[in-house]
Amino acid sequence: MRACMMVMARIDEIRSLFPALSRKVYGKDLVYFDNAATSQRPQSVIDMWTRISTESNANIHRAVHRLADEATQAYEQARDAVRDFLNAESREEIVFTSGTTAAVNLVAFCFGEAFLKEGDEVVVTEAEHHSNIVPWQMMCRRKGAVLKVLPVDDSGHMMLEKLDGILSDRTRIMAVTHISNVLGLVNPVREIIEKCHSRNIPVLVDGAQGAVHCKVDVRDLDCDFYVFSGHKLYAATGIGVLYGKRKWLDEMPPYMGGGEMVGTVSFDHTTYAPLPMKFEAGTQNFASAATVKPAIELINLLNDNELIKNYDMIRDYLLDRLSSDRRISLYGVPRGTNDEKIPLFSFTVEGVHHEDLALILDKMGIAARSGQMCAEPLMDRFGVTGMLRVSLVPYNTMEEAEYFMKCLDKAINMLI
Amino acid sequence: MSLKEAENAIVEEFSMYDEWLDKYEYLIELGKSLTDFPESSKIDENLIKGCQSRVWLDYKIEDGRIVFNADSDAIITKGIISLLIGLYSGRTPQEILSSDFSVVEKIGLKENLSPTRANGLVSMIAKIREIAAKG
Repeated sequence: MRACMMVMARIDEIRSLFPALSRKVYGKDLVYFDNAATSQRPQSVIDMWTRISTESNANIHRAVHRLADEATQAYEQARDAVRDFLNAESREEIVFTSGTTAAVNLVAFCFGEAFLKEGDEVVVTEAEHHSNIVPWQMMCRRKGAVLKVLPVDDSGHMMLEKLDGILSDRTRIMAVTHISNVLGLVNPVREIIEKCHSRNIPVLVDGAQGAVHCKVDVRDLDCDFYVFSGHKLYAATGIGVLYGKRKWLDEMPPYMGGGEMVGTVSFDHTTYAPLPMKFEAGTQNFASAATVKPAIELINLLNDNELIKNYDMIRDYLLDRLSSDRRISLYGVPRGTNDEKIPLFSFTVEGVHHEDLALILDKMGIAARSGQMCAEPLMDRFGVTGMLRVSLVPYNTMEEAEYFMKCLDKAINMLI
Repeated sequence: MSLKEAENAIVEEFSMYDEWLDKYEYLIELGKSLTDFPESSKIDENLIKGCQSRVWLDYKIEDGRIVFNADSDAIITKGIISLLIGLYSGRTPQEILSSDFSVVEKIGLKENLSPTRANGLVSMIAKIREIAAKG
């Protein structure tokens, strides 16, 4: 009990770092359960963004003056923080992009230019976000290559046993999500990488959700590319990360041409800047990039045994309540232990439209997501037009989870 | 009841509820009252574009009056289209076109819907006006 009080005090402390969490909507306390779309920002992130904007607003990497130096330092310190966060071998392997989508597009385009030929194959999975499908489709169309898909089973798990039959001598790259934004299951990316590497196929891991919920070590995982967004990780919007093994980044041509990414330019010949600048054409979103450092510091603060224990308890509670309710169909159900699952729950309710549920929950102060969640193929796989999704992070509380279950029940009863 | 009177009656009805949840409850009931929309009428031609959920609006003309029928897969949206039909069905095209449809603003419907839903509402009204203009 005492421990419980202590952890509650810790969570209160954590929550007090996020100004948005104390606001009210429609006169009710906000219950923010749409973290998989965007998480709220701590004051440290807001302060960093404000500091750059008010004191150090100058274009990075160019001028010699003081303001430019401050902005450049903040930007490059964020890169170092990301290198540490991912345990990448070198800072040159960390490329800033505008987000996960931009990072996947960069790889799909540049890797495709360097390594894909007509008739080659690219593998994705059925559980992917549109951002990890469409760029590969565009790449395949451009190169005359073929897109192949690893399916998921009824519980939302990847059918790993089918992978050997899908990979072939023509497979050039595989892209897989670390954690699906719909299913919330931690995918067996390590096994997938091992299988692919045994056939010399590189793997891109979409870490948009994974970077928030898993400890990522890109060297241990041995992935070739790992991509994620700042805004889901408590940082500002408009910034994302592409980690790529140097051997690939070196071989890939630049994505965009322009300022920053060049060595020397003449009308006859242009040489490119070394990594990572080669992939960072144009003025970067340096104010948002700088916020990635305090965001990572926050993640490290949340990596606390007591907080994790409490967080797991909330997940187990919601998993138990949602999966035992006969009116509810839950997608992404753990097969082994609950640790396969993050506190992200997508479900449908028999005879009830997901949008109606979200609308009523909203008026009760609960921010939940409804719709296709940018994963139309997965919606088709489960034969639904959309789902309702709630996604939690460690600043959410058991009280909120209990309040949500009460409201959900009330909403369902209103609608049935 | 004239159209103006019917519109005023709805505004009054809505003003009785303070809480938006109660207003939703009212819309849900309205939605449930809308029945008998044939599956065969759920065709693209009747589908209202711009709504997040699917909304179908069909009509026929009886004695110079437009009789609407509608359906939606989401019940609150269905309540909204039901409310509109309750007002505008069985009216002459002239009557419908004479309305400024300000009723939806007066009951606070538009401002209380998310932008995507508000667009859907605008699309529903546009479709009703379009049908009236044809009729």
